[in-house]
Amino acid sequence: MKFLARKIKGNSLWSDALRRLLNDRFATWSFVVITVYVVMAILVFFNLVGSSWQESMGPSREAPDLSQGPLHWMGLDIFGRSVVLKTIQGTYTAMYVGLVSSLIAIPIGVLFGAVAGYFGGWVDDLITWFSTMLANIPEFLLLIAIAIAMGKGTTTVCIALGVTSWVGLARLIRAEFMKHKNREYVVAAQALGGGHMRRIMKHIFPNVLHIVIISFSLRFVTGIKSEVILTYLGLGAEIGQRSSWGLMIADASGELMQGVWWGLAAATAAMFPIVLAFSLFADALRDAIDPKLRH
Amino acid sequence: MFAYIVRRLLYAIPILLGTTFLLFLLFNVVPGDPALQLAGKHATREVIETIRAELGLNKPWYGQYFDMLKQLITFDFGRSYWTKQKITDMILAGAGTSFSLGFPAFVISTSISLLVGLVIALYRGSKLDKGVVAFSVAAQSVSLLVYILAGQYFLAYKMGLFPISGYDPDFIGRWQYLVLPIIIFVFLSVAPELRFYRTIFLDELYQDYVRTARSKGLGTKAVLLRHVLKNAMIPILTNLVITIPFLILGSVLIESFFQIPGLGDLIVKAIANNDRPVLISMTVLGTFAYIIFNLISDILYALVDPRVQLK
Repeated sequence: MKFLARKIKGNSLWSDALRRLLNDRFATWSFVVITVYVVMAILVFFNLVGSSWQESMGPSREAPDLSQGPLHWMGLDIFGRSVVLKTIQGTYTAMYVGLVSSLIAIPIGVLFGAVAGYFGGWVDDLITWFSTMLANIPEFLLLIAIAIAMGKGTTTVCIALGVTSWVGLARLIRAEFMKHKNREYVVAAQALGGGHMRRIMKHIFPNVLHIVIISFSLRFVTGIKSEVILTYLGLGAEIGQRSSWGLMIADASGELMQGVWWGLAAATAAMFPIVLAFSLFADALRDAIDPKLRH
Repeated sequence: MFAYIVRRLLYAIPILLGTTFLLFLLFNVVPGDPALQLAGKHATREVIETIRAELGLNKPWYGQYFDMLKQLITFDFGRSYWTKQKITDMILAGAGTSFSLGFPAFVISTSISLLVGLVIALYRGSKLDKGVVAFSVAAQSVSLLVYILAGQYFLAYKMGLFPISGYDPDFIGRWQYLVLPIIIFVFLSVAPELRFYRTIFLDELYQDYVRTARSKGLGTKAVLLRHVLKNAMIPILTNLVITIPFLILGSVLIESFFQIPGLGDLIVKAIANNDRPVLISMTVLGTFAYIIFNLISDILYALVDPRVQLK
């Protein structure tokens, strides 16, 4: 009777999703691009790459020159600093903004959404009222208000993005929890003596996890794009510590008419693949987990 | 219906109070005394105290909050720290300008995205559909600033087709300055909007009523115009109404780059000059407008869809 003891491994939601993701060419490539950028950001963080970005390499605003080595490939900025190194440094700022704003928005969104959806009643009313209030302040103005209240800087940008963006996630999670809390498997868990905490974390949460991952990926898209805009408005990164794509693009607004196009080009070229990869990855993940939603 | 409107209006009051209070809290966390900023470096204690009293800063917090509400209701926001003009006048002047930029851009971009969205939804999965969606995803992966910079550089500076920047308050004269900003505005709006409309149309196209209409022998045109468009109008209309406050707000970035003195430009200058009263009044007013238009949108929704009721 040995064969009966063999464990039969079925297809779970996640193994199915993973198989679909691996079959999806866009998803695979997006994942490769994201990995490259994350590795780059880690290298920058430990000062292994581009730590000498503040050194002057030559004349101010030297045009791109392929003959003088890779540091001159994208030209030099106003202080003679290598645009290639600045762009690499910017990878860190972009990932930092995406990560920190996610780490703020996602726990708040999940917690509020789960509690509101699961318990309902006055807790739900209170949380819904609070999130409606936040949602009623046009996001852009709220970002400015927070940035002004907290002082300027990259961290402020992250906090402002985090605080303004949890509402949408909380709504999605709330709706899912309301749908799941009366399903048979949750009722069964209750019948077996599972408490609220166990039902929320062990039973329902894994079923809404995909929303969190998709939201995580999309946070990076918003984060990277908003950093550029807020930096242009003068609310972003302090100058001096780390370069950012936002700073490079904002600088271009004064330089472009003088024919200095390379800073803008380098920052745009660096931003395009990673933003595209994160949005395609989020789409692919959504399709992989719920093929019904595929449009 | 009347009862619904009344309930919805009553529901808006706590939201309005809560939101304005939240903003009040946020703006009062700001370090630094506005009276000191206004009085300058060499002010005496008496001067600073007089300014504090004028601004109402010596009142308790609820008095200051009440002042903020009063400003909103009477539409009198005091004076700007920077230009010393009345903020109400600045906002009224900026609103007309922003509207001249925003309204044509809104009409054009909505028409284009509705049309393209409907067509690609009809030919779902075709090369055209995939191409348009891929293009719009790719286009959205580039920063808005890059489009504005590139448009201004190539079309205005290099090719000289339009003025680089500037504005003429004259109603006829302003348009030569507005054409390029409107083109860029439309370009920036179409990419996200057309995907939104495509999703809405797709949701409708696979409904049972479409199949019924088809099976009773209606042609594509009749199904689209008489059934699909009518149903899709509900989410589209409500979405459009919510967009209106943002039109009046204008595109902050476009106005700033082209030096068009609208509300967006007002905000950018206020940030640069640390002009708190202007920022506060713009935020409060923007929020107020958003709540009002949300209200209108909800009421419209209930008018076109009788199933909607507020508990």
